[in-house]
Amino acid sequence: MNAAKIREKVAFVVLGFITLLVVTPIILTILYIVKNGLGAISWEFISQSPRNGMKEGGIFPAIVGTILLVVGTMLFSLPLGVLSAVYLVEYAKDNAFTRMIKLSVVNLSGIPSIIYGLFGFTLFVLFLRFGTSILAGSLTLAIMSLPVIITASKEALEAVPDSFRRISLSLGATKWQTVRYCVLPYAIPGILTGTVLSLSRAAGETAPILFTVAAFYLPRLPHSVFDQVMALPYHLYVISTQVPNMPMKISFATAFVLITLVFLMNLVSIILRTHFRKKKQW
Amino acid sequence: MVAEAVIKVTNLNSYFGPLQALKDITVDIYKNEILGIIGPANSGKTTFLYALNRLNYLNTAYLQNGRIVLENRNIAEISDNILRKKIGIIFAMPQVLPISIYNNIAYGPKVHGITRKNIVNEIVEDALQKAYLWDEVKDRLDMMATRLSGGQQQRLCIARTLACEPDVILYDEPCSGLDPISTAKIEDAMQQLKSNYTQVLVTNNTKQAARVSSRCGFFLMGELVEINQTADVFSNPKDKRTEDYVTGRFG
Repeated sequence: MNAAKIREKVAFVVLGFITLLVVTPIILTILYIVKNGLGAISWEFISQSPRNGMKEGGIFPAIVGTILLVVGTMLFSLPLGVLSAVYLVEYAKDNAFTRMIKLSVVNLSGIPSIIYGLFGFTLFVLFLRFGTSILAGSLTLAIMSLPVIITASKEALEAVPDSFRRISLSLGATKWQTVRYCVLPYAIPGILTGTVLSLSRAAGETAPILFTVAAFYLPRLPHSVFDQVMALPYHLYVISTQVPNMPMKISFATAFVLITLVFLMNLVSIILRTHFRKKKQW
Repeated sequence: MVAEAVIKVTNLNSYFGPLQALKDITVDIYKNEILGIIGPANSGKTTFLYALNRLNYLNTAYLQNGRIVLENRNIAEISDNILRKKIGIIFAMPQVLPISIYNNIAYGPKVHGITRKNIVNEIVEDALQKAYLWDEVKDRLDMMATRLSGGQQQRLCIARTLACEPDVILYDEPCSGLDPISTAKIEDAMQQLKSNYTQVLVTNNTKQAARVSSRCGFFLMGELVEINQTADVFSNPKDKRTEDYVTGRFG
């Protein structure tokens, strides 16, 4: 065996080992949660309210709360994010102002989530008088999700070949018709990926909902968007740190439900993505 | 015969930033003619073609002055989408959208507000017939257009342009990537279309211009050096530079 081939082998082993190193913690985390939490999962656990200082019963209100928050977040952030990405890519002139906006969008995704929480608290809860409510929480999470959705949508739109736009315009289509029929349909898979990624993050965040929506203990379902709700990540934080003598397996079971929820969201996005890819291939 | 000018270009100067792409072009394009445009690379042929339906403006650095008049109206006063419906274009490489054959052709009518299914069906069939593609695709209109051969795709592009019911069709080196048989089919289609449409053909292939066009213009470094009946341009050029180019001494 010559030197080049040996180096090739060494590189192969080293790279493979590093990759394994990266995925090991993720796999271990999931295995650990499944192993410790699966035992506490039952129909009662996911369909009942907590009882007896949250040490018994289930986490149904928290599941509903998290689902409501994710849906609310999506309602606000998806249209806003996609439309502003369309503006930035298709309409905005390339000048200093546009470049500044693009730079701020990228930088916004680096802001710590607790800052978004404080901002949402001052703007939505206090100033706009929404109170601690689903509305305030969803809006706060939406603002936090926007940068990622905009960036992903922007990249998806930019990846659509310019020839599609040129064909459409050359046939006498207006700018909006071009975007609507010849650009957006091909960007949908990329937009979906970014949106789900960012909504998954929103589903698991504690800091932004801490002051804006999350209830410590509220064993009933909300009646309007101005009600508080329990949410899985905050509930997990509460039962793990604030409740003495909490059975460990309930914490792990809650974590398991949260991970499963996020996993289901990703699964839906993968299915939608392959569906759109099949329809629009180029 | 006094021919009627469909497009009148007067003193057209074009610039991409500091670069001047066209210098003082004045030319009439007559009804139902095939005007050939020949010239070496970077001579301004494509810029001239794109100026006619304002596609140059997709490049934000583009500026032009001078007048282009379509049927007695300055094209600067016509909105882009109406102008481009009247003046269609076929691009250099076949560019089809990754949708079905049918939808590629129905796209033009759709954006111009024609939605009734039976009318669109008629337009699609008629356009494909005129582009000599109907017999090859009539049983598979739902097939992805990207799966057609290059020559078929280019005829699909012609059909797509025809479906917008233009008055003028521009061709930007339409056969540059095609084999001789596909090229011949496209040239046949152009001859048939002569009776109803005004056509402008930009080509790198001087022989193609000689075969197809009725008049021919020679561009060099942004100038229109010579324009005349095609036979005269090729057998009796007035300008030394034209003679050098058509006899293959440069370019």
